[in-house]
Amino acid sequence: MRVYQFTEQPYYPTWNDHAGSLRVNLLNRKCDPRVAADLFHRYYDEWQLADGLGLDIMLNEHHQTATCMSSTVVVGLSVLSRITKNARLLVLGYPIGHRPDPLRVAEELSTIDVISRGRLDMGFIKGVPYEFPASNQNPVAVMDRFWEALDFIIKAMTTHDEIFNWEGAYFHYRQVNVWPRVWQEPHPPIWTTTGSTTQARILGERGYVMATLGSGYNTRPLYDSYRRGHLAKWGRAPGPDRFAYLGLVAVANDKDEARKRGDLVAGYLRSSSIVHVPFRNPPGFLSPEDNARLMRGVMPPRSYTKDRRVIDMRSASVEDLVAAGILFCGRPDEVYDQIVDFCDYCGGMGNLLMMGHAGFLTHEQTVDNLSLFAREVYPRLKAWRQPDAERIAAEAVAAEKPAAARVASVRAGDLVDATISAR
Amino acid sequence: MSLTEAATPSLVVSGTRIDIIERGAGRPLLFLHAENGIEPALGAIEALAKGARVIAPTHPGYGRSELPKGMRSVDDLSYFYLDLLDQLDLRDVALVGVSLGAWLAAEIAVKSTTRLSKLVMANAVGIKVGDRETRDIIDIFALTEKEFIEIAYCDPAAGRRDYKALPDAEVLAAARAREATARFAWNPYFHNPQLKSRLHRIRIPTLLLWGAHDRMLSEAYGRAYAALIPGARFEPIERAGHFPHQEQPKVFAEKVLAFLGGK
Repeated sequence: MRVYQFTEQPYYPTWNDHAGSLRVNLLNRKCDPRVAADLFHRYYDEWQLADGLGLDIMLNEHHQTATCMSSTVVVGLSVLSRITKNARLLVLGYPIGHRPDPLRVAEELSTIDVISRGRLDMGFIKGVPYEFPASNQNPVAVMDRFWEALDFIIKAMTTHDEIFNWEGAYFHYRQVNVWPRVWQEPHPPIWTTTGSTTQARILGERGYVMATLGSGYNTRPLYDSYRRGHLAKWGRAPGPDRFAYLGLVAVANDKDEARKRGDLVAGYLRSSSIVHVPFRNPPGFLSPEDNARLMRGVMPPRSYTKDRRVIDMRSASVEDLVAAGILFCGRPDEVYDQIVDFCDYCGGMGNLLMMGHAGFLTHEQTVDNLSLFAREVYPRLKAWRQPDAERIAAEAVAAEKPAAARVASVRAGDLVDATISAR
Repeated sequence: MSLTEAATPSLVVSGTRIDIIERGAGRPLLFLHAENGIEPALGAIEALAKGARVIAPTHPGYGRSELPKGMRSVDDLSYFYLDLLDQLDLRDVALVGVSLGAWLAAEIAVKSTTRLSKLVMANAVGIKVGDRETRDIIDIFALTEKEFIEIAYCDPAAGRRDYKALPDAEVLAAARAREATARFAWNPYFHNPQLKSRLHRIRIPTLLLWGAHDRMLSEAYGRAYAALIPGARFEPIERAGHFPHQEQPKVFAEKVLAFLGGK
């Protein structure tokens, strides 16, 4: 198993001073650039530490928000590709659903892949709902735009012996020839996220690494759908390295300190959904059928504990978040047991996207959290034997329900970079 | 009457099936509904039918009407309706639209008025009037539905809908209307930057009706719109907001029919 250290690089000083919206319309007057500079340097220091501890690194971007100061992920990737040595650098995600220019994306990421000497993992997403008002990209039919951008980026990265032309529904280019060319052949690994079983199957057919974010005990149906798609297309089961899960991690030798850290890290969940209401669900993000259900007041269940108790991740206690597989929290032995138990539920999962810092967790607490995890938990996770992939995939096929059986899909707005499609 | 409960006649235009209703007799009047769909327009359609043969389609992407692949703009929609006019071989048509439907009517009329005799646009969107940093049209997607209704209607009670009590099909139609409107009007926001410079091509008698309590658009915007269409008249409708056909269907229909009668 690989473990990627992730923080959203929050500007947490405004988290208690936001008048109801931390995203899109929280005035940037609230941002003190001197404080922001200190925070950026602190977060880069912590990632450098993670690199030294043998962990990998995950970065993301969001826009017009105090939840995440990284508004262009290429800046963080650029810094880290220079100051880290061994860590894989995962961007999850690069929001190509609303980014205007995929040629620019291909150029940026190729450059990062070269400077880091082949350490880039490319996670592409459509972008979270509230960023469509900010970017002015049309949220309707965004997946069509997403797929065209992705197809273009792959072609731009894999074409070396000709200059090509592209005149699609969304993007037009006439002389494409990306310099520098990518380090990893044929291109850096592609990752993406989803909360939809329909989409998961497509991702399995494409063979991309599929990440789910805070999906807890809604995860298995997504993985099984991926497994069916992968098996049908490739004739073999996907290994655990095809799956990634974002969970919050708080570990300490002292039980009370671990709980305290868990509570601070969970501040991410509590702040993430503080958004001006109309920006949470732009038109086209959900299907008209799902929107009609919401208009009638039917809310999809959000998160479950292992014993199928519904919890609200935005307000749940540390104990409930642990029970829901969203937070791994406790002493090292406990955290190891929780993660392994969850991976077992998933039928195998090879990439833990570890939110080891969030919100008000201090630098000292973060350093201790990462160090303790790397020393006491990570070696045992690496040694843990994943379930047999072929057996699990065969079971997934055998258990496939008729198409009408619909898994409660996760609402697009609830998660970080969740759901490249809830359609 | 609810369209979605009864079987509604439909029509296939260029391979796309849309709902379409026809009421009344006499000269043809093609009614183009606003962004909130056909349901809120039914009262006005009945009132108009007292003096005209009203043909009221549900736009592609709205209600139960299909959406042709690749249709993304009001410009696309305008060609769809030019095809419809040809297919039904309608002549001397009074073209009447409200808000997004009025924008659509203008996009049709700048292309061809061959089959048209008169044009009525109510609380029309579709052009850019102010400078680049002045918002002509309130960002409705940044409002809650409650906030929107308070801005759009003279009497907010006229706009409120109890989705828990409405039939499923009507709730689904409201959800489809929101999506279709964003598809056509998200960016550029509720306008076509090219349209303003084409409005001079409309050389048929034109009436701009204006619900006077519209706070999504200003009356100055409506008057500027009228000034760009040769000879266009401007008439306010009192006690109505952005959807005057919905809040004052009788007054709306009387003004339209009076204009069509040549008064």
